[in-house]
Amino acid sequence: MFKDVEHLVRLAAVMLIALVAFVVLRAAVVPRSFGQYGHYRGAAIAEVAARPIAFAGHDTCEACHTDVVDQKKQGRHIVLSCEACHGALARHADNPASVTPPKLDTAVLCARCHEANSAKPKASPQVVTADHSGGLACDTCHQPHRPKIDTQPATKPATEARK
Amino acid sequence: MDITRRRLLILLPAAAIAWKFVQAGTPESSPNYILAEHWWGMLIDIPKCIGCGSCVRACAEENDVPDGYYRTWIERYHVADWKIERPEVESPNGGKQGFPPNEIGDGKNFFVPKLCNHCVDSPCTQVCPVGATFVTPDGVVLVDKSYCLGCRYCVQACPYGCRFINPKTNTAEKCTLCYHRITKGLTTACCEVCPTGARQLADLKNPKDPIHDFLKTHTVQVLKPHMATGAKVFYNGMDGSVR
Repeated sequence: MFKDVEHLVRLAAVMLIALVAFVVLRAAVVPRSFGQYGHYRGAAIAEVAARPIAFAGHDTCEACHTDVVDQKKQGRHIVLSCEACHGALARHADNPASVTPPKLDTAVLCARCHEANSAKPKASPQVVTADHSGGLACDTCHQPHRPKIDTQPATKPATEARK
Repeated sequence: MDITRRRLLILLPAAAIAWKFVQAGTPESSPNYILAEHWWGMLIDIPKCIGCGSCVRACAEENDVPDGYYRTWIERYHVADWKIERPEVESPNGGKQGFPPNEIGDGKNFFVPKLCNHCVDSPCTQVCPVGATFVTPDGVVLVDKSYCLGCRYCVQACPYGCRFINPKTNTAEKCTLCYHRITKGLTTACCEVCPTGARQLADLKNPKDPIHDFLKTHTVQVLKPHMATGAKVFYNGMDGSVR
């Protein structure tokens, strides 16, 4: 039929080799889980999920520190998670003896939530700390787990309890 | 060695203790977690946000976010009277250390926490040339660090500015919705520490999730709805000035 059919056979052979090489290489370099769920490496999902946690979660804290929970129940701070103030403590939960939570500076910590700011919702309890405590640490008067002071002082600072 | 009753009694507790160590040594997996049973999103209740920055600090700690980069951040809006098209927005250090007092005359002030919206039709995953970023079957947008080239297409594509290139790894990084936590039954780090409940993780496929009742009874909006990204971070009480 064709005069120089040999050429075509050679060309076909070269293309076949290239195709085989492509298929083999592709199988070798594309990760096995690619395309498992979509156009990405399916194993990546488990890799992201395998990261260790830093915040233990309040359920873990409350399993041991029941006394603090009882205290918190008496005040409005019951809604706060322990680690909101105490920081990430999953390592402490894993090993309570060797990792202990750092002591907190209430003058800085409490002000982050309670320093008066016009952008804060009006219902949120706010004070101007300079007027309210004059730089004193908040835990001088308040117990952070149960912040309301039972016996109010005779002269109540004007800025206090803007609720 | 013959297994006598005495030896067996000694061996058994020893084996039990050893097994405990074996279990402790293996990384926590989530064998009970089924991808198809979840569809994650978040609810942000703007009238509850006090701008304390707890979420930003917790996120950085939980996820090793480098200084000066944010997977979540808080913006403070100031809208002068009727000028809702020209809000003044600031976010000093992402709001990580809270906000200095502001007493700008007239108008309203409020905080808006932001994070990845975990869009259903996310622009960032559509532009990735290598399939390094994707929407998981449970609706979370993730980055495959070992596949990412660091080409920055996704950083430009995100209409919400939620992505950055990690200067250490030179790969794209973003909020994972604490995927390593939510797959273990925990909430995200930011929701865990939020003192007012302004942020709530929501599983939209779980019929018992309180999000459903909330969505029925509140005026809820997503950011930039005109972009049709299918954002799954819902904002309650959001002012029209929020971009």
